[in-house]
Amino acid sequence: MKKTRVDQKFAALKKQGKKGFIAYIGAGDPSLDDTVDIVLRLEEAGVDLVELGLPFSDPLADGRVNQDAAARALEAGATFDGVMNCVAKIRERSQIPLIFYAYLNTLYARGFEKAMNEAAAAGIDGFLILDMPREESGPYRKFISAASLNSIVLITPTTPEERMKQIVKDASGFVYCVSREGVTGVRDSIAEGARGLVGKIKGHTRLPVALGFGIGTPPQAAEAASFADAVVVGSAIVNKFHNNPHTPEGRADAAAFVAEMVKAVKAVNSPL
Amino acid sequence: MKSARPDSQGHFGPYGGIFVPETLMEPLRELTRVYKVAQKDPAFKKELDYYLREYVGRPSPLWFAQRMTAQLGGPKIYLKREDLNHTGAHKINNVVGQALLARRLGKTRLIAETGAGQHGVATATAAALFGMECTVYMGKVDMERQALNVFRMESLGAKVVAVTAGQQTLKEAINEAMRDWVSNLRNTHYVLGTAFGPHPYPMIVRDFQSVIGKEARKQILKAEGRLPAAVIACVGGGSNAIGIFSAFIKDEGVRLIGVEAGGLGIVPGKHAARFAGGKVGVLQGTKSYVLQDDDGQILLTHSVSAGLDYASVGPEHAMLHDTGRAEYTYIEDADAVAGFDQLAQWEGILPALESSHAIAWVVKNAGQFAKNDIVIINVSGRGDKDVQQIAEWKKGQSTK
Repeated sequence: MKKTRVDQKFAALKKQGKKGFIAYIGAGDPSLDDTVDIVLRLEEAGVDLVELGLPFSDPLADGRVNQDAAARALEAGATFDGVMNCVAKIRERSQIPLIFYAYLNTLYARGFEKAMNEAAAAGIDGFLILDMPREESGPYRKFISAASLNSIVLITPTTPEERMKQIVKDASGFVYCVSREGVTGVRDSIAEGARGLVGKIKGHTRLPVALGFGIGTPPQAAEAASFADAVVVGSAIVNKFHNNPHTPEGRADAAAFVAEMVKAVKAVNSPL
Repeated sequence: MKSARPDSQGHFGPYGGIFVPETLMEPLRELTRVYKVAQKDPAFKKELDYYLREYVGRPSPLWFAQRMTAQLGGPKIYLKREDLNHTGAHKINNVVGQALLARRLGKTRLIAETGAGQHGVATATAAALFGMECTVYMGKVDMERQALNVFRMESLGAKVVAVTAGQQTLKEAINEAMRDWVSNLRNTHYVLGTAFGPHPYPMIVRDFQSVIGKEARKQILKAEGRLPAAVIACVGGGSNAIGIFSAFIKDEGVRLIGVEAGGLGIVPGKHAARFAGGKVGVLQGTKSYVLQDDDGQILLTHSVSAGLDYASVGPEHAMLHDTGRAEYTYIEDADAVAGFDQLAQWEGILPALESSHAIAWVVKNAGQFAKNDIVIINVSGRGDKDVQQIAEWKKGQSTK
């Protein structure tokens, strides 16, 4: 498979001895045009990779912040076609690695193979499908790689080690380590045990490991970056962009909030 | 005929399965393992039988509805009286079973979703009985239309959480219960109330509800010495229907008829007839028929009955639909309310609005049967909870 922008980015980070910063936003929140603007601002703020939430009416792995973002996107008319169009527009101006954070039904309704091909054509680099565990992924996985997309997989604190070994075999791009049992959303501290879990995963794969769920401040991001290859921040960013005025100033302020976390992550030295 | 058992990953033909976030995979496997052990353990069966007999009040009667039969001029109508169970519906059968499993799992807290409130009441009841903590998630709209059941749950010591996302009914309550479960796995068992969701729930719920069908089959053979021409049940998620159907699936001459909520008619957003207006999709852990738009977004639903007001249907029903072993049809709000009144006045029984859909189907379709045919209707619950809703519905009709 040819190298995606995600693969290239992690290779470059490794060379530089730096940790990665991944930002999650809900596509279409508050509108698809705004998504183009926000992604460009995130790139300017130093974000290495953007996870775009493909809006779904029933996002059961998400906390209230991301649920509301998806609801706002759907309310504003974000369709599958619209989101693809939005990605293509981003691609006219940016080569930042982009992955979709998706629920299976939106892809299934489109026709899974078609959804993969359309996303790849628009400029997406990979998929993280929340509700498609390994056991159910058999009929679908081949279409992800056939479209030259990364298949990002989740490992959680409840994943037994034997199963972990199987799961990482199917992965490409990076492995997403969920730091805690629960849904997305900012918490006060990094979960105990996250460090051990990342270490365990790294024992079974050469892929970079990103830590997410519950991270939302520069000190938390730095702490996560001290043992993971990359840090994912979602709800805190979604919240900030949502609560700030939708003006150039408001956007710039939200981007500055992200830049602070990026800075904290980039200050962590990674052994080469 | 496909086997009645799902495969090891919970597939009923092309339906079912386990479509959940990774965090839930191991807890679901653990539940599957514990259930398998329990199934083979005579002590578990003895314990379950004890609670069903002494606490729930089983077996429930199979009542020959003589006046209803006479009014319709046949067929011979029998009512399986799940409304007479403790707490007033079939839901308790499954809840007692799952609470016993939760105890084996070492869990001290039960959570549940509820639509009409009957499953929430049953779960709150079992939690009280076994000394467990209990939280019930209920859509805010359902809390308003089923206020009596909210009061019952709270009286039983449960915490009822209003869910304000989306259309604020059963689907959102399931999302919220799953979010709670994924956050509190160590001490919490999620008592899913219907034959839906990720494996093993559709199998476990079906098995615990199969007592309805086993009793009914034995009772009708004793009363009439022959099998019925049809067994009729309402279908929301589908637990009361699969519970009574399961005993008759091998009796190929017995028609199995599932009645969905036709709401205001088969127009998108106005009904919950998944087989009439849905297509195959993945929702809340399982693959089945789903009411959705072209982008795979789940559609709003409507039914006068909160317990049938849901966008998808249990995966075993999807398989029975496709193989043709069961038939699925629907009844609209107005006919369901009429069915409620008719059973009340003919038999002195107030059926739940959910069950009233099954009653109404028989009232409208009695002519399909020979006078001497037997039909069994599953009266899945009692209608006390619905009287205010029906009164308001009637007021709305008269001012139209």
